[in-house]
Amino acid sequence: MTNLLLFVEAPVLLIQVILDGVLVGALFALAAYGLALVWGVMNIINIVQGELVLLGGYVALTVVGAGLSPFMAIPIAAAVLFIVGWLLYRGVIFRVVEKDLFTSVLATFGLSILIAQLINQGFGADVRSIDSGLGTWLFFDGIVSVSQARVVAFVLALLIGAVLVIFLRVTRLGRAIRATAQNARAARALGVDTGQVYAWTYAINAAICGAAGALIVMIWVIQPFGGLLYTVRAFMIVIVAGLGNVVGVIGAALGLGAAETFVGFVFGTQFQAAFVFSLLVVILVARNVRLARQRRYLR
Amino acid sequence: MTSRQRSLSCGFLTIALALAAPFVVPALKVQLAILCIMIVLALTWDALGGQMGYNSFGNVLFFGIGMYASALVQVGLFHDVGAYTAASGTGTFEFSRAQYFVGLALGLWAAPFVAVAVASLLGAGLLGLRGHYFAIATLGLGIAGGEFAASWEYVGGASGFQLPLFPGDFDDRALSFYALALALAVVTFLVLRFLYAGRFGLVLNAIRDDEDKAEALGLYTVRHKVVAWCVVAFFVGCAGAIFGNLNGLIEPREVAFSGATFGVWMVLMAILGGKGTPWGPVLGAVVFYGMKELFWTYLFGWQRVALGILIVVIVLFFPAGILGSLRARRAPATTERRG
Amino acid sequence: MRIRVLLRAVLVAGVALSAPAAAKVEGSTIVLGAAVSITGKFSIDGQHTKNGYDLAVKRVNEQGGVKVGGKSYKIEVRYYDDESSNERAASLVERLIAQDGIKFILGPYSSPLTGAIAPVTEKYKIPMVEGNGASRSLFTKGYKYLFAVLSTSEQYLSSAVDLAAEKSREAGKDPSSLRLALAMGDDSFSLDVRAGILDAAKRYGMAVVIDDKVPDNFTDMSATLSRVKAVKPDVLLVSGHAMGAATATRQIAEAKVDVSVLAMTHCDSAQIAEKFGAAAEYTLCASQWAPTLAYSDKWFGSAGDYNALFMKAYGYEAPYQAAESSAAVLVFADALQRAGGFDQEKVRDALARTDLQTFYGPIKFDETGKNVVKPMMLYQVQDGDYKVVAPTKWATAKLIYPRPSWSKRGT
Repeated sequence: MTNLLLFVEAPVLLIQVILDGVLVGALFALAAYGLALVWGVMNIINIVQGELVLLGGYVALTVVGAGLSPFMAIPIAAAVLFIVGWLLYRGVIFRVVEKDLFTSVLATFGLSILIAQLINQGFGADVRSIDSGLGTWLFFDGIVSVSQARVVAFVLALLIGAVLVIFLRVTRLGRAIRATAQNARAARALGVDTGQVYAWTYAINAAICGAAGALIVMIWVIQPFGGLLYTVRAFMIVIVAGLGNVVGVIGAALGLGAAETFVGFVFGTQFQAAFVFSLLVVILVARNVRLARQRRYLR
Repeated sequence: MTSRQRSLSCGFLTIALALAAPFVVPALKVQLAILCIMIVLALTWDALGGQMGYNSFGNVLFFGIGMYASALVQVGLFHDVGAYTAASGTGTFEFSRAQYFVGLALGLWAAPFVAVAVASLLGAGLLGLRGHYFAIATLGLGIAGGEFAASWEYVGGASGFQLPLFPGDFDDRALSFYALALALAVVTFLVLRFLYAGRFGLVLNAIRDDEDKAEALGLYTVRHKVVAWCVVAFFVGCAGAIFGNLNGLIEPREVAFSGATFGVWMVLMAILGGKGTPWGPVLGAVVFYGMKELFWTYLFGWQRVALGILIVVIVLFFPAGILGSLRARRAPATTERRG
Repeated sequence: MRIRVLLRAVLVAGVALSAPAAAKVEGSTIVLGAAVSITGKFSIDGQHTKNGYDLAVKRVNEQGGVKVGGKSYKIEVRYYDDESSNERAASLVERLIAQDGIKFILGPYSSPLTGAIAPVTEKYKIPMVEGNGASRSLFTKGYKYLFAVLSTSEQYLSSAVDLAAEKSREAGKDPSSLRLALAMGDDSFSLDVRAGILDAAKRYGMAVVIDDKVPDNFTDMSATLSRVKAVKPDVLLVSGHAMGAATATRQIAEAKVDVSVLAMTHCDSAQIAEKFGAAAEYTLCASQWAPTLAYSDKWFGSAGDYNALFMKAYGYEAPYQAAESSAAVLVFADALQRAGGFDQEKVRDALARTDLQTFYGPIKFDETGKNVVKPMMLYQVQDGDYKVVAPTKWATAKLIYPRPSWSKRGT
């Protein structure tokens, strides 16, 4: 592979490629945190995840359009999406929350079509983005470039992850969420209002998605029908990380991002998607083999 | 009326309606043919999801495989496929009348077997997964198929595969494909009915109700699961072959391996009508497809909003489906157990 | 009982579905049919297409409509949303023809969709005039009822290669020493664009050092860009509809990628100059049309007048996707007048004989149905504005070559 030789010629390129991947991964991690939570706690694969991210982006666009700074838009998007998440839960999700996984997949798929279309009607189909006003750092004679906005997103991704972990460990609500995740019925018996826990979980998920969207619109571009990308990515990350595992999410996201960019660099971008999917299959199969072995021991 | 009589009269009525339909609403022949395809998709999905309790998102894989297999046979018999797709079906590749029909017949014959071959290869591994993991793994099947076909230049890659043109006018074409699709729907219905009525169906239901117990009773669950999966692949492959010809252009991601449309619709139709009931998927397909077409005709630009709402409403308020809720109202004591 | 209720519901639905049998000509209105992408991945450009159709229809009607056989008719368009899907587009056009009784079809947005529709219109012998299906494969199939007002897609970026070759010759360098990098979307339009580039590269003996197919959704191209920075090609060519143009513009600026020539498609529909400011500077944009061209017609006046009218109606500068769509309507209006009736064959023959001057450019079809008299344009973004730099005849500014390196720019 001639592209591999490039690394020999300019070893710093490796830094660039890995850095790119990690920074991309951080963005997807933001979309995946909430999914891990919702999937783990409520047993829902939230197909509407990507549209929540987009909605966050469009809220940020509106806020910036009203003259506020892009960085103010992040908490505002999170707050607005928190409310949206709460309403979605109270309106739709609560009906599917303890049904089988399949029902919730379909219901949230319906929601995703609905929201994507409403975004399209409300904001138009244009490709949109926000100028964060930040520049780029250059290293090694400009061979390695790091966009400052991406670094901000990376730091925020780590920060939100850390806050989430601490929140789940320390606060009363966090403990209630974890108890519900382990066994909803037992939690109810012990006096946890699981309905409230679910509503909070879902709303927190939406809020994180909102923040993610606000960052994504500063780094990439968004349009109303691009939501599926984030859903699929979040989904893959959570599969790799394991349900409800917030620390795993950031690790899996950064790892997948780096691996993907590396493959894209060496073999060409057309193989990126195929690579990520095959990686996922390998991980699933490996996990299944391990589980099967475990099952054999149990018998 | 006994349930058998009712079912029979239902069947005759449906057949009569189906035969009359292209003459009552001649302009809708193509839609009627697609409706038959939809019925096949819903019925076969229900065989796994409703009867066996394995919720699959991946059946659309066989749909696409059937499409490509048939197209390869239809073209490959008479021309070099690579050159054909590279020229995207330009004028130099002519098909005589006889060639077209021989190709079509062989293509339709070959498609289901290719689908079954793939199904049996995947079956044992996939069906070892249970519950969520099965659903999730199948979710990837359609996407993988689409990506594979899109990168395979021989069959046209992302630009797609143009099928030979039907010799004859549009009306004959629509009527022929309607007849084919209708025949497929009827055969699928009868074969599945026959399978459910016997021991095979009971084993599937046992797997749905409690797979470990079924295994403990000495039933060969894996074998049954794989056979059911292959039966489904057979009919879905057929449906794909017909739909490919009906549509005229096979596009890998949106027509052949269209997980977000056909892949989800088949599930919705089965659920809407009533999972695990013989007539449910048929009814579900008719109602869902009818509503969808109405939305597309009358709700320009808002049709997807309506579709989204429809999906949410189906899932939230008709989890047992139309037939399921009718039955529950009639006999509230015997609630059906679902996987 | 219940079965009867169901039956009735099915019947009602069936009737409702087959009901809207709008004839091709209702009283004094000619109804054209179009499937456009209001939703889905082409929805941005699909909306431009629809706006273009609507504006031209409005304009033609304001000026007394179309005179056919001594009588004045208004035009109207019946739309369906094809959701950017081939399968929907084909079945919707069939519905327009078979159910709604429409005899004249305006094209959808994009080559794949036009390709899906063309077999249907051919079968029914329904003339289709389209302004948004540029793939050359559309014109190799012997379609008799397909007419395209635009230049075919392999010309989009090959003109940029020509321009780069010319410039390097001026600088005393052999064009064959130029090295090209390609980042192309994985769809039939972009693949056609790529084929055109490869042809041109071969002609000059240029080396293609990067040839990436970018996945469908085109959100992140950092892997490709890192390679561009390492390999240092002279020319970077990008094609991926509006999403691709926006993504590329932002990320090339962010990663500070330096090449002598950067050219892409769809920059005006992505509004890169308006939205990305300095990041878009010096980018070459392939375009079918520019508002600064000196073309004019009796309906809209000059290209500039069209742009002003469009701006007034929709609040943004007319992208070429809208202009070519408007031109398609004008071609129909002109052909209908000349045909003097609504017979499909007569209208088809009148279309084939089209020799029309429009604000969009001259329109004259060869026997395959493509417009052979209108050249492609190349813009360069200069000071936040799209300036025509090629062909020289229409140039309003001089090409800035090579692109100034990022380190020498203000930002």
